[in-house]
Amino acid sequence: MIFALKLIFKNAFRHKTRTLLTISSVVIALVAFGLLRTVVSAWYAGVAASSATRLVTRNSISLTFPLPLAYKDKIKQVKGVTVVSWGSWFGGIYINEKNFFANFAVDPGSYLKLYPEYVITPEQKTAFLNDRRGAVAGIKLAQRFGWKTGDLVTLKGTIYPVDLDFVIRAIYKGRDKNTDESQFFFNWDYLNESIKKVSPGRADQAGFFIEGISDPLLAPSISAEIDSLFKNSLAETITETEKSFQLSFISMTEALLMVIQLVSFVIIAIIMAVAANTMSMTVRERIGEYAVLKTLGFGSFRIAGLIAGESMVIVMTGCALGIALTYPAAHAFRDQLGDYFPVFNVDGRLFIFYAAASALVGLVAAIFPAWRAIRTPIAEGLRRIG
Amino acid sequence: MESKEPIVQIRDLSKSYRRGSQQIKVLEDISFEIAEGEFLALMGPSGSGKTTLLNLIAGIDKSDKGGIVVGGVQITSLSENELARWRALNVGFIFQFYNLIPVLTAIENVELPLLLTGLSKSERTEHAMAVLDLVGLSDRTEHYPGQLSGGQQQRVAIARAIVTDPVILVADEPTGDLDRVSAQEVLSMMENLNTQLGKTVIMVTHDPRAASTAHIVRTLEKGILT
Repeated sequence: MIFALKLIFKNAFRHKTRTLLTISSVVIALVAFGLLRTVVSAWYAGVAASSATRLVTRNSISLTFPLPLAYKDKIKQVKGVTVVSWGSWFGGIYINEKNFFANFAVDPGSYLKLYPEYVITPEQKTAFLNDRRGAVAGIKLAQRFGWKTGDLVTLKGTIYPVDLDFVIRAIYKGRDKNTDESQFFFNWDYLNESIKKVSPGRADQAGFFIEGISDPLLAPSISAEIDSLFKNSLAETITETEKSFQLSFISMTEALLMVIQLVSFVIIAIIMAVAANTMSMTVRERIGEYAVLKTLGFGSFRIAGLIAGESMVIVMTGCALGIALTYPAAHAFRDQLGDYFPVFNVDGRLFIFYAAASALVGLVAAIFPAWRAIRTPIAEGLRRIG
Repeated sequence: MESKEPIVQIRDLSKSYRRGSQQIKVLEDISFEIAEGEFLALMGPSGSGKTTLLNLIAGIDKSDKGGIVVGGVQITSLSENELARWRALNVGFIFQFYNLIPVLTAIENVELPLLLTGLSKSERTEHAMAVLDLVGLSDRTEHYPGQLSGGQQQRVAIARAIVTDPVILVADEPTGDLDRVSAQEVLSMMENLNTQLGKTVIMVTHDPRAASTAHIVRTLEKGILT
C-alpha cells in the first residue's frame, strides 16, 4: 500500500509543470466557485438575518410611496403586536456618491427594541437616545470611514431636500455572524422636523412600519388584520414577514442570481474537463508503462487504482490549496466590494462541498483514461515503447 | 536436455492481425515443445512473428487457434485476470528497452513484481537486494534508471525478471539496445541463469552472436517455424 502510494505520488508530480498547472486550474476554479457561492449567500444575508417575529408594513403601491405616521397607533391596537417602530430610507450621500451605505431614519427606542442583534453598550445607547442629532453606525462602516463616537458626519439628502448633520453617538456590533454591520441609522424625528421646514407636505410620513409580534405562527393573521385596517384608504398597505420583505428585494435580481449559481456549477464541470484532459495525456504517454505493469501481473483493478489515485492526488492537492486560499480571496473580495456586500462570510460547509466535488472530479477524470489503459492490449502497449 | 519434461507445449497455434480490411497471418499452425531448463533462441526476419510467438507463450497476447501449456497450465483458456496472476508467478520478462519505471529506484523496480505476492516489506527488500547482488548492482540500488547505463538498466530488468523465481524467462531482443560489451555481459548473465539456476529461457533475437548463447535456435519465417 505504501509502495503504491509512493508510486502514485511520484507519478503525479512527474511532469511538474503540467501537474502544477492542473492544480492551479483546480485552485482557481474552486476559489472562484467559493466566491460565487459566497456572493449568492451574501445576497441572501438579509433574508438569513431576518427575524420570524418581525413584520414589515409598506405602501401597497411601492416602497417608494410613504404611509401616514398615524397608522402606527392603529397598528399598535392589533392583537399580537407587541412593538411598532417605523422608519424611512434617507438615501443620504456622505461626501460623494462613491461612499454609498444604507442610511435610515428610525424611531430610536422602538427600533433598538426590535433589533437586539445590533449590540450597543448601555452608555452609547443612552447617548444616542438622548441626542436628537445622534446617529448609530455599524462597526464596519465606522472602520471604513475612521469614525468614532463624537465625530460629526453630514449626509446630503437625495430623496429628501435636506442635508443633515449628525453626531456619531454609538457604534454597534452584530450579535450574529450574518448581521449587517455597515448600516447607519438616526432619529426619525430629526428628519421629520427638518422636512417640515422645507417641504411640510412630506412630513409625518413613514417609509415603512416594523412590528414586533408575540408569536411567529400568528404572522399571517396579524398581517391580514393590519392590511384590513387600511383597506380602501388612500394608502393601502402590504404587511409581510421580514423574510418575505427581504426576499421581495432579491426576487428583482433572481435571474442574475440564477446565472451566478449556474456559472458556479459550470466551474465544477470545467475542473472535471481539465483534470480529465491531464489524466488522458498522462495515460496516453504512459500506455507502455501500464503495459509493462500488466505484463508483470498487475491486474485491471490495480492499474485503475494507480490512475485514479494519481488523479485524486492532483485534484485533492488543488482542493487543499483551494480551501487554504478561499479565506484570503474572500477577504480581498470583501475589501474591494464590501460596500455592496456588507455581509460576506465564507460558509465553512463550502469546504465539505469542495472536498466532495474534488473527490468526484478526481474519480470521474480517471474513468476514461483508466478504461483506456486497461483495454489497450499489452502487446500494443509494449509497441509504444522505444 | 532431451530427457527432460517439456515445460512449454504448443499445439497448432495460429495468430493473425487485422490491418484495416486486411487479415494478416502472423503464425500458422505452429507446434513445438520446449524442455525444462532449455535455452531457446527464436530467430527470423522482421515481421516473421517471433515477438508474437514469445508474447503468446508469455501470456500477454491471445491466439486465434491452438493451445499453449506452460508448466502444466493451459494458458490459452485462462481469463485476463487469471492470466495476470499466472504471469506474476510464472514468467519473468526482459525487454529490449528495459522498460523500467523511471520514477522508481533500481530496488523499487525490482520490488515491483513482489507487490503481487504476500511478502512483507522487509522480505521484499531482502529478495530484491539478493537479486540485485546477483546481477552485480548491489551498489546501485538507490539509483534511478536515468542514472544508470543501458547495460546496468538491463541488469536491473533481469533482476526484476527473476525476483519472483519464475518458471520461464522470456527475453525480447535483450541485447538490441546495448553496445557489444554490455550485450555480452547480459548474455553471460542469462546463460548463468540458465546453467546455474536452471531457468528455462526463451529469447527472441536478430543477433546471431546472441543466438549462439542458446542451446537451441529455431527460426520463424513467414509465420512458420523451421
